[in-house]
Amino acid sequence: MTIVSAAAAAALFKDCTRCFKFSSIVGVGLGGTLTYRHTYKINRVHFSGSIPSSYYCCATLSITMEEVKPTFDVDKAAVLVNEMRKTFSSGKTKSYEWRMSQLESISKMIDEKEKEIIEALHKDLSKPELEAFLSEILMTKSSCKLALKELKHWMMPKKVETSMATYPSSAEIVSEPLGVVLVISTWNFPFLLSLDPVIGAIAAGNAVVLKPSEIAPATSSLLTKLLGEYVDESAIRVVEGAVRETSALLEQKWDKIFFTGGARVGRIVMAAAAKHLTPVTLELGGKCPAVVDSNVNLQVTAKRIIAGKWACNNGQACIGVDYIITTKEFAQKLIDSLRSVLEEFFGKDPMESKDLSRIVNSFQFMRLVNLLDEDKVSDKIVFGGQRDESQLQIAPTILLDVPEDSLIMQEEIFGPLLPIMTVEKLEDSLDMINRKPKPLAAYLFSDDEQIKSKFVQNISAGGIAINDTVLQLTVSGLPFGGVGESGMGSYHGEFSFDAFSHKKAVLYRSFAGDAPTRYPPYTPGKQKQMKALVSGNIFNIILALLGWFRD
Amino acid sequence: MEGSVAELRETFKSGRTRSVAWRKNQLKALLDLVNENEESIFKALHQDLGKDPVESYRDEVGVIQKSVSYSLSCLDKWVAPKKGELPLLFFPAKGQVLPEPLGVVLIFSSWNFPITLTLDPLIGAISAGNTVLLKPSELAPASLSFLIETIPLYLDNKAIKVIGGGADVGERLLKLKWDKIFFTGSPRVGRLVMTAAARYLTPVTLELGGKCPAIMDALSSPSKTKVAAKRIVGGKWGPCTGQACIAIDYLLVEDKIASTLIELLKKTIKRFYGENIKDLKSISRIVNKHQLQRLHNFLKDPHVAASVVYGGSVNEEKLVIEPTILLDPPLDSEIMTEEIFGPLLPIITLKNIEESIEFINSKPNPLVIYAFTEDETFKKRILSETSSGAVTFNDSMVQFLSDTLPFGGVGQSGFGRYHGKYSFDTFSHEKAVMHRAFFPELEPRYPPWNDFKLRFLKLAYRFDYFGIILLLIGLKRS
Repeated sequence: MTIVSAAAAAALFKDCTRCFKFSSIVGVGLGGTLTYRHTYKINRVHFSGSIPSSYYCCATLSITMEEVKPTFDVDKAAVLVNEMRKTFSSGKTKSYEWRMSQLESISKMIDEKEKEIIEALHKDLSKPELEAFLSEILMTKSSCKLALKELKHWMMPKKVETSMATYPSSAEIVSEPLGVVLVISTWNFPFLLSLDPVIGAIAAGNAVVLKPSEIAPATSSLLTKLLGEYVDESAIRVVEGAVRETSALLEQKWDKIFFTGGARVGRIVMAAAAKHLTPVTLELGGKCPAVVDSNVNLQVTAKRIIAGKWACNNGQACIGVDYIITTKEFAQKLIDSLRSVLEEFFGKDPMESKDLSRIVNSFQFMRLVNLLDEDKVSDKIVFGGQRDESQLQIAPTILLDVPEDSLIMQEEIFGPLLPIMTVEKLEDSLDMINRKPKPLAAYLFSDDEQIKSKFVQNISAGGIAINDTVLQLTVSGLPFGGVGESGMGSYHGEFSFDAFSHKKAVLYRSFAGDAPTRYPPYTPGKQKQMKALVSGNIFNIILALLGWFRD
Repeated sequence: MEGSVAELRETFKSGRTRSVAWRKNQLKALLDLVNENEESIFKALHQDLGKDPVESYRDEVGVIQKSVSYSLSCLDKWVAPKKGELPLLFFPAKGQVLPEPLGVVLIFSSWNFPITLTLDPLIGAISAGNTVLLKPSELAPASLSFLIETIPLYLDNKAIKVIGGGADVGERLLKLKWDKIFFTGSPRVGRLVMTAAARYLTPVTLELGGKCPAIMDALSSPSKTKVAAKRIVGGKWGPCTGQACIAIDYLLVEDKIASTLIELLKKTIKRFYGENIKDLKSISRIVNKHQLQRLHNFLKDPHVAASVVYGGSVNEEKLVIEPTILLDPPLDSEIMTEEIFGPLLPIITLKNIEESIEFINSKPNPLVIYAFTEDETFKKRILSETSSGAVTFNDSMVQFLSDTLPFGGVGQSGFGRYHGKYSFDTFSHEKAVMHRAFFPELEPRYPPWNDFKLRFLKLAYRFDYFGIILLLIGLKRS
């Protein structure tokens, strides 16, 4: 999406109308921006006057402006952050009562607006109602419920033991909010991935700005509307928009940035954060492998793989199964089994199934089609392969033994295509996985304890599930987050609270028990006493303490 | 350089550094290194910073001995997988959090505690099973060459390396891919490090500094005030003559007790370090000309010079600045806007000590706040209304020695933390592992979706097991 300034847009409009017709002009935004609702391919237009050279118009330039609101620029972002900072400084968000009331409101919002949320998700992704319910609404709600239940406990200072060297003293670790935080979320689970971090940020007592993804516009505007209605606007705010708005936000100084999305943008976010020394959590993705041994219960394995691939937003999920590795002789059995379960789940013609999400937009659709149409890949399809551009649907597709250097095995697939790679021995799968960047999740189906422990020890991934997929995400007792290319930092349950908290070390000392050993003028005797203290040996310490009276 | 980094990666890939035995061996060797070379370390630190052996022992050698011993005694516990609780719904299943090494890590350390700030993070990196490149500061050359010469004699050369050099070497190192960068130094370089790290999505820990305030409330007895004064002097001039990120930067005090306190401080300084600049004892010197000039420039501001109530003399040749106390220098002068990092102590007087909270909040978050007070309400206010890496009540510096407390900053003073278990965590990835059996299988997880499955899932997410049973019975009945 390209957004041009008011002056540029006006001039563009003037110049372009000479050669092309605009079908509709939606309106002039409050900020003075002309807004169009159409995509134009313009051959070549010469600009004059106030148009900066960067608005050079060529064949590929498309103007797709949906924004009807005033433009959100760096200045507006600065004003917003300033307001939020004022709220945070007032101390309001730190109180237990405020946090609880906001979390309760969110919980209430989810209960009351369930229908609208499901509708928005259907508009954005054709998400089947139950899938939307299961993976977005219920997950968000249980995360909120857990925070409500545990908040008091999480907020409590944790007492820690102190060492001999600081005796007598007591110490504790106090969790304090980081301040004003930015949450940037993504389009595949636009509701869950927006609110789940926001719940953590609120629980920890921060002021939050949420920037949902413009690629799921219905959910994005619903979030703006609902949060405006249900939560404290002085401390929790939504900014809608695309690259320009995000850039304006990233210019500001935040106390934490929590980002869910791709590695490319993750790098941009981290580099922007570096300017202000802002800590970041990056929830990225990666090619999550599923290794399948030949000794498994085939029926259950197939079901769980399908649940973690196509029943999970049609493969558009960061922890979805990206590809399978199995042995040469077992591959066919696995394919047969996947095929029959796919039919059981989605019917004879999956393109007609109501139980599959669609591809989010035509850009993603084309990307997936390109992966599929690559030379040496297109002839490897053993199941599926149908596509319908007008419906943005691609059928569940299985490919067997595509070349390892093909795009589909290099990029994160993020869609309904499932390559199956075969190896001679199952152990070889470890090498294949380790040749690639570290994934967010790695799955293994096996009954062999040895393979299991080898897999857990040698595969570095954000998380690992043995004999299941995706379920590790739903467990609040487990940290969720990547490593290496799949990101840094983790959240869920108390880990969410920690992700948005600073752990302040607090040491209480009394004025008694002041060992002069610490102070100058330094003497060789003091060095001996200090050694005793460091050693932690009681007898030595008693001697040292005697030394203390001697001083 | 690129070759040695490739070798570190090879070593990591071999899996050798993952074994607990290797980690323990290296930690023990590190302990030997420190024990057997105590004298050489004292010598190097004296050369670089004029540190007295006792100060060197307290702040460097002793710290490392303590940290290594603690890590050795806890390592088995740290590497063990922790159980993650799983809902009954997933039964039979097992959830655990398994710490794993991040890979090849880079540690930048600074010149003020050249041994501690290099080896203390190293202990964490080894404990977590990583391979490490150390890049100590070139501004403490004797300590640097000690580390370069001695480390290969004690530690696994293919897994732990040291590199010398200045900013150019640092820049080249930052162009390479690391699995973690641990940096101790200034915010300015911290930004460069993080920007470079973003390219490879490398997580960073930034240990920076800041203006650490000390709040001095009126205390209930003169003897307590005396102890506090000792601790303030110890916390200002004790650690490398104020060239420490956790040293007291400035002092906040009510105007009615300022003069008593200044007298006490003067007396304590004289007792600790001697009467005048010519025969200062038990105190470090300024690291180099550049730093001395920077500090001297603070004092050259005439308004600042006018506020000096004790000390103030500078010996450029010997790189010595006398312990100096300033009373109410202008708040917009450089000495009050920049981190001082040297033996100058501004005292800012307030009408009411509670104003100190506002004063501190008007500046970037410090690494530590020290508060000498017996007022429990005030303590609570400080804790909840200010933000800093740490807070220490009624003492200075000692929080650094506590293995159970996380050490690290917030905001401008950095992020990430270390010491004890936190060092181990800093260099580990916590891998979530879930083990499942193939049975029993919950059919409602799978499409095709229908109303029964929806009702089942709603109950399941509420962990309403009784409801599930009813639903199942209902199903049977129909």
